[in-house]
Formats: sequence, C-alpha cells, structure tokens
Amino acid sequence: MSKQINVALIGNPNTGKTSVFNQLTGLNQKVGNYPGITVEKKEGICKLPRGVKAHILDLPGTYSLNTTSLDESVAVELLLNKNAKDHPDVAIVISDVENLKRNLFLFTQIKDLKIPTILVINMADRMSRKGITLDIDLLEKKLDTKIALVSTRKKVGIDRLKELIADYKNLSVAPNVDTTVIAPEYFKSLRETFPNEDLYKLWLVITQDVNFMPLEKNLVKDSSSFNTKSKSELKRLQQKETIKRYQFINSILKETYKVDINAAKGLKATLDKILTHKIFGYLIFFVILLTIFQAIYDWSSIPMDFIDETFASASEWVKTTLPPGMLTNLIAEGILSGIGGIVIFIPQIAFLFLFISLLEESGYMSRVVFLMDRVMRPFGLSGKSVVPLISGTACAIPAVMATRTIENWKERLITILVTPFTTCSARLPVYLIIIALVIPEGRFFGLGYQALTLMLLYLIGFGAAIISAMVLNKVLTIKTRTFFVMEMPNYKLPLIKNVTYTVWEKTKSFVLGAGKIILAISIILWFLGSNGFTDKYVNAESIVENRIEKEGLSSYNQESIAYNLSIYQESLNDSIAKNVYHLAPEQLIDSTNQLKQTLLDKAKNQEIASYKLENSYIGNMGKAIEPLVKPLGYDWKIGIALITSFAAREVFVSTLATIYSVGSDEEDTIKNRMAAEVNADTKKPLFNLASGISLLLFYAFAMQCMSTLAIVKRETNSWRWPLAQLVFMSLFAYIVALVAYQILK
Amino acid sequence: MGTSIAQLKRGQKGIIKEFADDLLPIKLLELGCLPGNEVELVQVAPLKDPLYINVNGSHIAIRRSMAQMIEIDLIEDIPSV
Ligand SMILES: Nc1nc2c(ncn2[C@@H]2O[C@H](COP(=O)(O)OP(=O)(O)O)[C@@H](O)[C@H]2O)c(=O)[nH]1
Ligand SMILES: [Mg+2]
Repeated sequence: MSKQINVALIGNPNTGKTSVFNQLTGLNQKVGNYPGITVEKKEGICKLPRGVKAHILDLPGTYSLNTTSLDESVAVELLLNKNAKDHPDVAIVISDVENLKRNLFLFTQIKDLKIPTILVINMADRMSRKGITLDIDLLEKKLDTKIALVSTRKKVGIDRLKELIADYKNLSVAPNVDTTVIAPEYFKSLRETFPNEDLYKLWLVITQDVNFMPLEKNLVKDSSSFNTKSKSELKRLQQKETIKRYQFINSILKETYKVDINAAKGLKATLDKILTHKIFGYLIFFVILLTIFQAIYDWSSIPMDFIDETFASASEWVKTTLPPGMLTNLIAEGILSGIGGIVIFIPQIAFLFLFISLLEESGYMSRVVFLMDRVMRPFGLSGKSVVPLISGTACAIPAVMATRTIENWKERLITILVTPFTTCSARLPVYLIIIALVIPEGRFFGLGYQALTLMLLYLIGFGAAIISAMVLNKVLTIKTRTFFVMEMPNYKLPLIKNVTYTVWEKTKSFVLGAGKIILAISIILWFLGSNGFTDKYVNAESIVENRIEKEGLSSYNQESIAYNLSIYQESLNDSIAKNVYHLAPEQLIDSTNQLKQTLLDKAKNQEIASYKLENSYIGNMGKAIEPLVKPLGYDWKIGIALITSFAAREVFVSTLATIYSVGSDEEDTIKNRMAAEVNADTKKPLFNLASGISLLLFYAFAMQCMSTLAIVKRETNSWRWPLAQLVFMSLFAYIVALVAYQILK
Repeated sequence: MGTSIAQLKRGQKGIIKEFADDLLPIKLLELGCLPGNEVELVQVAPLKDPLYINVNGSHIAIRRSMAQMIEIDLIEDIPSV
C-alpha cells in the first residue's frame, strides 16, 4: 500500500468544511471521538489522482489559532504537535467567499506555522448574486499558495482540489506575516532560549488562553523568558498581531476582491427583519416548535408501532422456535426486549436530528439563539440553551450532547443539569396509562381533562427546569468570564447530503452509545426478575397449580374469562342467527370449550409468571422498599416497577403488565387490570386520584434514566454532577409525590 | 464617556475607537471588531439585548454589556435605507 497523505480540513464555522469533507470522502467516513474527550472526530479516505490516497480529517470550526473552547483546541493541538498521529502533511483552509477577509485571518496563521497550506474558497455559486469578483491568480501569488475555487453545492472545483492535494509537495511553506515585529526584543530572547523551536509556534503556545491538552507549555513555563511578559502585556501583543494580520489581508484584498455593494444587500436583511421581529420572530419560532413536537409525538408513532410489533413477534418467534430453556428466555425476554427498547426510539431521535440539522444548516438556529438569549439569561441559561431544552422533549441524551456549543462553562453546566426535567418521550407511556386510569373523561372549555393534564405535565417539567436553573445560578459559584459572541451566518438552503449524513451519524451514535447501557440494564433486570433464591420461587409452578386446583383462578381472571366466553358465544350465536355459519349445537359447545381451555392455560401461565416475579430477586427488592413507598400511596408491586424503571422510565408499564400477569401487548387489559387493583389497607382502588397524581409527579421529577447519568458523567468529566443530579432529583420527586398524596388522599 | 456600540440606533454606523476594557475576548478582535473598522447596528433583539452588528463584513451578535465596552465615533449621515 502506498503511503497515505494526512490532510486536515480547517476553517471558520459554517464555511462548508463538512460539505467539502462529504464531497471528498463520500460514505468512506467514520465519526468517533478524540481520545478521552467528547469532541467529535470525523475522518475519511479519499482517492486522489495518480493512485495517491489521502486520509482526511474534518476539524472542528475555529476562527483562529487562539483557542477558547475544547473543540477549537483540538484543531490547534493537531497543527502544533508535529508528533501527533494525524498531524497533517497538508492543511486545507476552507473559506467562504462572502467572508473571505475574516477567513483569511486563520489562513495566515496556519501559513505562518510553515505547514503546506491550500486555500479553498467555497460557495463560489453565490459570487454572481452577491456581485463578487476575484482575481484568483493574483491572490495565489500574494498569499503564496494554491487556491481552489469550489462550490460544493454545484459540485464544482473538487477535482482541482484533489489535484492540488496530490501535488502538495510543490506548495510553498514560506510564512505570510512576520509576527516578530510586534515585539522584536521579546522574540529575540525567545529565539535565544529556544534555538530549535519554531518561533510562531512558541508564541501560540505561550498565548494559549485555554490549554486543555498539556502541550509543551511546561517547557516554556520553566524558562525565564515566559515570565518576562505579564498576561495583559501578552494580550496587548495579541491585539497588535491581530491588527497586523488584518492590515496584510486588507492590502491584498484591495487588489483582488471586489464587491458590488448594490448586489450584496437584500434577502438576508429582509429575512433577518422578519425572523427576529418582536412578534413574528417568536410566532415563527413557536410554529416551528409545534411542528417538531408534532413530528416527534405524532408522525413517529407509525414507525414506532411497527417496531414494537416486530420485536414482540420476534420475541414470540424465538420462544416458540428455539428449545425452551434459560438461553431462549435470555434472548427472548432479556436481549430482544432490550434491543427493542432502544430501537423504538430511533424514529423520534431521527426526526429530532432532522429538524435540528435543518435549522442549523439553514442558519435559522442562530436567530433563535438571538431571540431567546435575553429571555433565558435571568435563569442562568444562555440563548444557546434553547436547543438542548427542545431536544430534551425527545430524549435527554442528545440534548446533553447539544450543550457543547455553549462557551460559558457555568451556563453549559446549568443547562446540562436541568435538561433531564423536560418531559422526554420515555415518560409518555407512563403518563398516558396513569392519566387514562385516574383522570376523569370530562371536558373543560372543549379541552379534555386528560389532554389538559398531559399538557400540564409538560409545563411542570419545563417549569422545573427553569426554576432549578434559577436556583443553580444562585448556588453555583463558578467564576467564568461571560462572553457571548455569535456569528449570524447567511441563510442557505440546506444540502440534502449534509442533512442525511448528520441524521444518520447522530442516530447511529445514539443507538450505539445509549444502547449499550439500556441493553446491559435490561439483561440485568431480566436476570433479577427471572431468578430467585426462595423455595417459593423455585417451586412456583407447583404452588400456583395447587392453588388454582384448590381455589381456582384469581377472581379477576375468572371474571375476565367468563366475560370473554360470553362475548364469544354471543357473536357466534349472532352469526348463526344471521346464517353466516352453520354450526351444530355440539360444534358450538366444542369450539367454546376449546377457547375456554386456551384462556385457562393462558391465565394459569400468567399467574405463574406473576408469582415468580413476586418471589424473584426483584420481587424481594420491591417488598423491601414497600415501607418507603407506602406513604406515597404505592404498594410493593408499584415498588418493583419503580425499581425496574430506574434504568429507563418506559419499563414501568411492561413491568406492571408482568406483575399483574397480563400480556404486555394488551394495553386495554393492563388498564382494566390496574383499575381492578385494590389497596390492601384502605380497600379502595389502588390507582385513585391521589396515588395517580403522586405517581405522575414522581415520574415528572425523578432522575430515572441510567443513560442520561452516563452521558452527564461523560460531558462533565466527573461523577460529581450526575450523582448530585440523581440525589437531588430523586429526593425532590419523593417529597413532591409524598406531599401530593398526603394532601389528596 | 464617549459613545459606544450600545448607543447606536438600528441602521446607524460608527468607527470603532478603542476598547474600554482589556477583558474583551480576543475572539471579538479576530472576527474583525478592531479599532478603525466601521460597525453598523443591524438589529436589536426584541428585549433590547443582544445586539446584532455588522463589522468589517462579519455579522455577529454580542450582548449589550460587551457592546458598552466598545467605543465608537458616530458616522452622522444615515445612509438611505
Ligand atoms: N451556497 C452554498 N452553500 C454551501 C456550499 N457549501 C456548503 N454550503 C452550506 O453552508 C452551510 C455550512 O456548511 P457545513 O459544511 O456544515 O460547514 P462547516 O460548519 O464548516 O462544517 C450549510 O448550510 C451548507 O449547506 C456551497 O458551495 N454553496
Ligand atoms: Mg462541520
């Protein structure tokens, strides 16, 4: 295999790095993380002319080599560290033809590091509309580089770019700007202390504000030359450098870049006026939000039902096809239902990312941040917290990951900590069944009580997030310099290719990341629920069979069988009367008996399963915590469901289905069964208004999601925050549920 | 106390004089917000904050508190809108 060229794509945010990357690599790409940190790493392979191959890296966007965030420092680290595995043989600076001046700032910095550098001027398709003309040849000469004028939208210029990469050996590595003139004495003493180092690189290392990855700063710190300048002196020098670079760039662009001002204005200004308008701006945002909710809760229900059924029948198939035993049960009940529990969320997650990437690609998201920043600030949040809070209504996991764009650490931390309060889709099945049980069907001004309750729960979740943000804002004493600088990019029609890749990648990383945890937990729960140490567990079958023989089936099952049978007979008689069937009386009795036997067997198996669960490890745990949950109006059965749903909330319903020994696919049956349940102490229905509301509130506030805890650990790099979240949210949920029950009962 | 970006009206322009505060992030400078450059106030968010400015061809949003630290000389004639 011939040697691969290492190529790094670098540039300001939104200049089209990812688009160029997608054009170069196609589907030959993989997305991972940089080791130890959560910055996304995109790499791919590109075939070049003359049989050369290139390894392409899409670096996080950065405005300069002076880093202010973790993402940016990754890019800088890679360029500065010659020994890094991916240190580029050639750097490609991607620039946007409309913002060339600013983009060239980064270009000159990289050029001065003496790395072979190619300049891509992207979005060439917009030049005529914006009245821009460029003298490429002269620009190449002045910047001492090779330029590819590209439009990824029109797929123009990519071939020339490949040609240039393959030819990288012929690039000049002479610097653009001589930085040393800003402080000749200082640089001279640096030169003397470090004769073997590149001066501009040293300068960058010294002035790095944020240094997440210990570069060679130690080396510089030890030497006396570093101490010759105070922080504010260094900062003044940086300002000088910045001005000097812009002088260089301005002088070049004056000769090579022309804009016809009259052509330039227009669409952007008009759109800005509407989208950030004090009424229309919020109205449009509200409509978009509604559409997203509609997609997440309504449109995705079709594929979700399909997935649900598929997994249920797959599990059924495994149970009937494979030889019965431990392994079959593990596959059917542990693994398959675990995977099903992850796959079921794919439609919602995909829709969410589809919308978010559309909003981001089009440039609209920055306008939302602009609109919302002042609204969010009193709560210690930033305009940039809006995206995570919206995402949280689908799932907290992608939401927590979406907080990375918030520069201010305190605002980011608060956003991470409060996001799990927003009503994620996993709470929905729990809400729906309990609301159906305890909230009456009546209407209030045309709105159903039940719908109103659901809406109220959403508001409560959002309110809890906002209020706890406010509290955290007061309590947390993190001192960070607040600075908020956000580019307002041009409006663009999103590129389908980019959107598709984003949706695909994000969904995949959700499934693989969160999926592992959910799967592991479902297997553990399955094990705890299908094993036990007591005699009662081991002999469950004979005990239940004996009981049925002596006392018959539980009264609920007896009634439901009798009811089913009578319906069946009625419908048969009906059909006979209408001459649809012709059945002899004995045939009628036969078929009824057959049905009865099936129903009886099913009921028996369900009662055995129920008895087993009651005496399994988990059953014992549920009974152990009963004293704790009794004051909330729950019994040990709900206690079990609370434990199992600790891993993931949606497990609540299926656990109750098993405990009440009904098939979990029969939603109405679960509901009827729950409605029939009686509280052993009060002799009233177990699920009444008081205990129901208490449960709803408990689920609204409790931190019942292992995957979220894991992701918070990853994003905050410490166990401290997820643990604080867990303790605080659980306690809060408990107290609120307790108060609600005690008042209402 | 001179005029700052925060005092501009929509559509009004000024030339950046100097920075009132050493604490302004370098990032702002790199985006082109440098002494001598022209700055235009494009939009003000509905709640009067943040401000949306066009400086040196960069369209950026900054918070009012930061805008107050950037002093400018007003360019009086408001160009035809
Ligand atoms: N008109 C036009 N838009 C483009 C072109 N290349 C990318 N874009 C758009 O520019 C925006 C930013 O692109 P992206 O690749 O995500 O930029 P990145 O942030 O640098 O990775 C997206 O909305 C793209 O659709 C182009 O050649 N012409
Ligand atoms: Mg990108």
